[in-house]
Amino acid sequence: MNVLSLVKLQSVRFICFSLLILALPTFIAEGYLLNVFVFVGIHTMLAVALNLLLGYAGQISLGQAAFFGLGAYASGILTATHEWNPWLAMVVVAAAVGTLAFAIGFPILKLKGHYLAMATLGFGIIVYILFNEAVELTGGPSGFPGIPNLAVGSVTFDSDLKNYYLIWGIALVTILLSVNLVNSRIGRGLRAIHDSEVAARVMGVNVRLLKVQVFALSAVISSVAGSLYAHTMTFVSPTSFGFNFSVELVTMVIIGGLGSIYGSFLGATLLTLLPELLRAFQDYDIVVYGLLLIFMTMFMPGGLVRGIPDLFQRFRSREGRGAADA
Amino acid sequence: MNLGQQIAQYLLSGLSTGAIYSLIGVGFAIIHNATGIINFAQGELVMLGGMFTLFFLTALNLPLLVAIILAIGATTLVGVVFERLAIRPMKNASPISLVIITIGGSILIRGIAMIVWGKDTHAIPTFSGNEPIHLGEATILPQHLWIFAVTIVVMICSKLYFNYTISGKAMRACAYNRRAAGLVGIDVRRMVLFSFAISSAMGSLAGIIIAPLTMTSYDVGIMLGLKGFCAAIIGGMSSGLGTILGGILLGILESLGAGLFSSGYKDAIAFIILLLILFVRPQGLFRKGETERV
Repeated sequence: MNVLSLVKLQSVRFICFSLLILALPTFIAEGYLLNVFVFVGIHTMLAVALNLLLGYAGQISLGQAAFFGLGAYASGILTATHEWNPWLAMVVVAAAVGTLAFAIGFPILKLKGHYLAMATLGFGIIVYILFNEAVELTGGPSGFPGIPNLAVGSVTFDSDLKNYYLIWGIALVTILLSVNLVNSRIGRGLRAIHDSEVAARVMGVNVRLLKVQVFALSAVISSVAGSLYAHTMTFVSPTSFGFNFSVELVTMVIIGGLGSIYGSFLGATLLTLLPELLRAFQDYDIVVYGLLLIFMTMFMPGGLVRGIPDLFQRFRSREGRGAADA
Repeated sequence: MNLGQQIAQYLLSGLSTGAIYSLIGVGFAIIHNATGIINFAQGELVMLGGMFTLFFLTALNLPLLVAIILAIGATTLVGVVFERLAIRPMKNASPISLVIITIGGSILIRGIAMIVWGKDTHAIPTFSGNEPIHLGEATILPQHLWIFAVTIVVMICSKLYFNYTISGKAMRACAYNRRAAGLVGIDVRRMVLFSFAISSAMGSLAGIIIAPLTMTSYDVGIMLGLKGFCAAIIGGMSSGLGTILGGILLGILESLGAGLFSSGYKDAIAFIILLLILFVRPQGLFRKGETERV
C-alpha cells in the first residue's frame, strides 16, 4: 500500500468515526445514558494518551490517574478558589503537568519493565495521598466542590448534550492528532523503541528523549481530560484518581488493543459501559475486571481490535481445513 | 512522654512493621529470582492469610494454631493454582503482559475476597493477650514479639532451605541461570511452582501475624504488597539479609515519619523512598556488584 492511499484510508476512517460519534446523541435520549457517553469520551482521551506510551512505545505506566487528577484538581482550584478563566486554567495546567511529566520522565523512564511499573505506581500513589492530605487545598477525602462549568460566549456547557459535544469535540481532536502522530516519523520511532531500544538507537532515534516526550504528551492529554472532567462534574474527589483507576486505564488499552488508537476507544467504551451493565451484580464488576485482564492478556494479546478478526480468521481456516479433509 | 521515649517507641513499632515488610519482600524476591516476574498479587496473598485465619477461627471454630496452619495451606494452594493457570501458560510473554496478568490476578483475588467476606474490617485475636510489656522507656505488645520471633524463624528456615537442601540449591541455580539449570537436569517449571508456593506461604504468614495489630479486610493487600515490594527493591531483590534490612529500614523511617511529621503522609514516605532508590540505586542499597541472588 503506498503512502497516499494509507493517508486516504486514515482520513476516511477518521471521518466515518467522527460522523458516528456526532450522530450518536440523536439515537439516545438526553439523560443517564448520554451522561455515560460523556464519560466514554473522557476515558477515550485517557486511553489514547496511555496507548501512545504503552501500546506504541511499550512503556508501562501505572500512575496515569495522577496526571488526570492533577489536571482536574488544578483546574478546579484555579477556577473555583482563584476565579481564573477555565480555558486559561486548562491550558496553563496542561503545560504545567506536561513540564512535571517531562522532568520526572528522565529518571523514571530510565527504568524498564517491572521497575518502571512500580516507579509510575509509586508516583501515582504519592499524588493520590497528596489529594487526600492537602486538605486546605483540595478539601481532602470529602472532595472539592463548586467548580464552574466551561463556557464559550453565552453558551454554558451545563447539560449532558452540550457536554457530550464539548468533550467529544476535544476527544476527536485528540484522536486525530494521535493518529497522525503514530503514522509519522515519530510514531515509527516509538514502535522501534517498543521492539528494541538498541536497534532504535542504532537507527538514529533519540530513544531517551522520545520516550520522555511521549510520556509528557500523554500526561498533557490526561491533564486536559482531567480539566474537562472537573468542569463537567463540577466536583472532584480523590477516589476518582487512585491506583484502581490507573489500572482501569491500562485495562482499557489492553482490551481495546495495544498500539491501536481506535482500539482505545473500544476499550474505553467497553469498560465504561461494563459497570453500568453489571450494576445488577453490584460489586461483582471487580471480579469481571480481573478475569477480563487475565483472559485478554492470555488469549487475545492484540486486544479486541485484532483479536476479533483473528478469531474469525482462525475459525475460517479451521473450517477450510475441515472441508479439505473431507 | 518525652522525645526520647517517643523515638524509642517509634523505633520499636517501626521494627515490627518492618519485619512484616521484610517477610513480604522476601516473597517478591523469591518469585522474581526464579522467574523474573514481579508478582503484583503478592499483597493479596498476604491479605488471604489474615482472612483465611479469621474464617477458620470464626466460621469453623477451630483453635488458633490449627486455623493458622490451614490458612497458610489454603493461601499456598491459591498461589500454586494461580501459577498453574495464569503464569505457566505464558511461556514467552513480555514483562508488560506478566505485569498485567499478575495485576489481573490481584484484582480477581481481591474481588472474590470482597464477595466472600464483605467489605468490613475484621479483627483477629492476638496470639497471647494485650498486656503491654515495658521495655526500658517504651512499651511493646506481645504480638510484636510474635512478629519478631516468626520473622527470625522464617528467615533462618529459608536460609537453611536455600543452602542445605537439594531443592533449595536447585532453586538458586534457576535464579542464577535458568537455561543452565535446565541443562543440568533441574525441572525449572517445578522450581517456579515451588517459588510461588514458598512465597505464598511466607506472604500469608506475614498477613496472619500482623492481622491482630492492624485489623484485616479485603483491601489491605494493596498497601502491604507495595510496601513489601519497596523492601525488596531496597534490598536489591535478594531473599536474604538485604531485603530484611530493607524492610526494617522502611518500617522505621515510616514510623518515625508518621510520628514526628504527619501520619497522613505515612504511606507517601515509603513511595518517596522507593522512587529515590529506583532513581539512584536501582540495584538496591545493599548490593555490591554481582552478588549471588536468592
